[in-house]
Amino acid sequence: MIPLAFSFQSFAHADFWIGVGIVAGIYSIFTLGLQVNVGFTGILNFGQAGFMAIGAYSMALLILKAHWSPWAALPVATLIAMASGLLVGIPALRLPPHYLAMATIGAAQIVQITAQNATGFTGGNEGLIGFDAEWQRIQTWLLGKLSAVGLGQQYELPLFLVTWLSFLVLLVVLRALQHTPWGRVLRAIREDEDAAAALGKNVYAYKLQSLMAAAALGAVAGYLLALNVTLIYPQSFSADFTFIGFAILVLGGLASYVGVALGAILLWFVLEGMRFVDLPLAADKIAALRLLLVGLVLIAVMVFRPQGILGKREEMVIRG
Amino acid sequence: MPALLRRAAAAPVWARVCGGALLLLAVLVAAKGPHDAAQTTVNGIVTGTYFALGAVGLALVFGVLRLVNFAHGDMLTFAAYMALLFSMTLGLPIVAAMVVGTLATAALAVVSELVLWRPMRTRRAGGFQLLLITIGLAFVIRNGIQLFAGSIPRTLDVDVTTAFNLVGHVRIGRTQSIAVVVGLIALLLVAVLLRATRIGKEMRALADNLSLAEVSGIDTQRVILVTWGVAGALAGLAGVVSAAAIGVMTPNFGWLLLLSLFAAAVVGGLKSAYGALVGGLLLGLVEEWSTMFVDSRWKFAVGFSVLILTLLVRPTGLLGRPEVT
Repeated sequence: MIPLAFSFQSFAHADFWIGVGIVAGIYSIFTLGLQVNVGFTGILNFGQAGFMAIGAYSMALLILKAHWSPWAALPVATLIAMASGLLVGIPALRLPPHYLAMATIGAAQIVQITAQNATGFTGGNEGLIGFDAEWQRIQTWLLGKLSAVGLGQQYELPLFLVTWLSFLVLLVVLRALQHTPWGRVLRAIREDEDAAAALGKNVYAYKLQSLMAAAALGAVAGYLLALNVTLIYPQSFSADFTFIGFAILVLGGLASYVGVALGAILLWFVLEGMRFVDLPLAADKIAALRLLLVGLVLIAVMVFRPQGILGKREEMVIRG
Repeated sequence: MPALLRRAAAAPVWARVCGGALLLLAVLVAAKGPHDAAQTTVNGIVTGTYFALGAVGLALVFGVLRLVNFAHGDMLTFAAYMALLFSMTLGLPIVAAMVVGTLATAALAVVSELVLWRPMRTRRAGGFQLLLITIGLAFVIRNGIQLFAGSIPRTLDVDVTTAFNLVGHVRIGRTQSIAVVVGLIALLLVAVLLRATRIGKEMRALADNLSLAEVSGIDTQRVILVTWGVAGALAGLAGVVSAAAIGVMTPNFGWLLLLSLFAAAVVGGLKSAYGALVGGLLLGLVEEWSTMFVDSRWKFAVGFSVLILTLLVRPTGLLGRPEVT
C-alpha cells in the first residue's frame, strides 16, 4: 500500500505547486507593469492594484451586465484600465515623486472603496461570479488535449499554461519595446528628465504612456486572477497586492524583466512553502506572518542589495 | 461686493481658510438644518484632532528628512495595541496604559532612527530605497501586531457610553471630549515647541535647508533624533486618542488612517507642521460634514478626493511654499 500512498501524495503536491505557479505567474505579469514604471521610466506607481481591479471589474461587468462576449470584453476592459491610468496620471505626473506615490495609492484606495460600497454595481463584498463560462469551455478542451499525454487529472494546468504563456508573450513584447526609440526615451527620462526634455521629448506624455502601459499589464493580471479564484471581490485588490509586487520587483532587480519572474517565483515558493511547516496558528495569524515576511524582504533587499538579484546598481535611478 | 472680494483675496491664507470653512458651515446650516450641521461639526472636531496629531508628525519627519513615512499610520496602531497590552495583561489603569503606549511609540521611532534611518543616511541611500523601507516597516509593524493580537476587533477599556448634551440635542461622548482637550493641548505644546524653544527653531531651520543648518553649527543628528521622538510621540498620542474616540480597533486601522493623514498633511503643505495641524482639522470637518450627503462608508474616499483636488489646484498646499531645489 505504501507506493500507492506515495504516488497519491506526489500528485497532490504537483497540484499544489501548479497552483503556486499560477499565483507566481499572475504576480509576474502584475509586476511587469511596475518594472515599466519604476525600473524603466523612474516613476513611482503605488496604485497598480487599483488598475488591476479596474481591469478585472470592467471585464466582469461587460460580460455579466452588458452581456458582451469575453473576446470583446477583454480588449475594451484593457482600454478602460489604460484610460484610468491616464486619468490618474494627468494630475499626478506633474508632481514630485512622493506626491505621485501618495496620489496613486489614494486612487487605488478609492477604487477599492467603490468596489466595496457601490453594491448594486459591483456586488460589494460578496463580489461577482459567473463571468468565466467561456474560460470553463476552453479549460475543458485543454484538459481533453492534456489527457492525451496523461495530464488530464491536473485541473489547474490549463490556467498555469495560459498564465505563463501570457507572461512570455508580454516579456517578448516588452523586451522588443525596450530597444525601440520609445523604450530608449523612457530610459532617458529615468536617467535625466531635463536632458530628455532638452532634446525635444515630451517627457510628460511619455510618462503618461508608461503609466498606461502599466495599467494595461495590471488589467491582464486582473483577468487571470479572476479566472484563478472564479470570484472578483474587493479584498483581492488591496494595497497589499501592490507592495507584494514591489517586493518581487526589488528582489528580482530593477530594470530586468526576467528578474520579475525570478522574484515572483522565489517569493511565492517561500510564502507557500511555509504551509508545509506546521505552525500552531490561526488562519489570520498565518496570513499576517506571510505579509510580515514580505515586509522583511522589502527592508532587507533595500538595505543590503538595493539593486536586487539581477538588477544593476547604475540602473537604479529614482528621485524620491 | 467686488471690493469685498478684493479684500478677501488680499487676506492672509489662514484667514481665507477660516473664512472659507465658516462660509461652508453657513451653507451646510442652511441646507441641512442647524442640528445636523452642529453635530457633524462636533464629530469633525473630534476626528480632526487625531488627524491633526497624526499629520503633524508626518509633516515634521517630511520637513526635516524629506521622507514620506508610510509606516506612520502603523505607529498609531502600535500605540493603541501597546496601551491595550499594558492595560489588559499588566493591569495598568487605562490612562497610564495610554501614556505608556504613547511613550513606547516615541521609543519605537527613536530606535528606528538609530538602527535604520541614520545608518541608511550614512550610506547615502536614495529616496526610493528609503520609501520602500518605510513600506516594509509598515508591513512588519501591522502584521507583527496581527500575529500577536489576531485580526478580531478590540476595544480599549474606556467609557464609550456617557455623553454630554452641548446645546439642543448636539452630543459629544465623555471620552471624545477628553480626547479633544488632550489632543488640542498637545498640539498647542508642539506649536510652542516649534515657535519658542531652541530645538524647535533648529527643527524649522533643518526643514528649511538641511545643509545650511549643518554649516551654521546645528547638531543635525541630534535635531533629527528629537524630530523622530516628537513625531513618534504625536503618532502614539494620535493612536490612543483615535482608538479611544472611535471605540474599536483592528490591526489595520492605522494603515487605513494613513491615507487621511497624507491628505491632511498635503492640504497643509506637507512640510509645514502648522499646515498639517490646520489640514488635519479641516479634513476631519470635511469628512464628517460629507456624511450628511453620502453614506459614512465613503468618508475615506471624500478625504482622498480632497487630496487629489489639492494636488490639482494648489500642489504646495494651503500654507506651503513652492519647493526650492
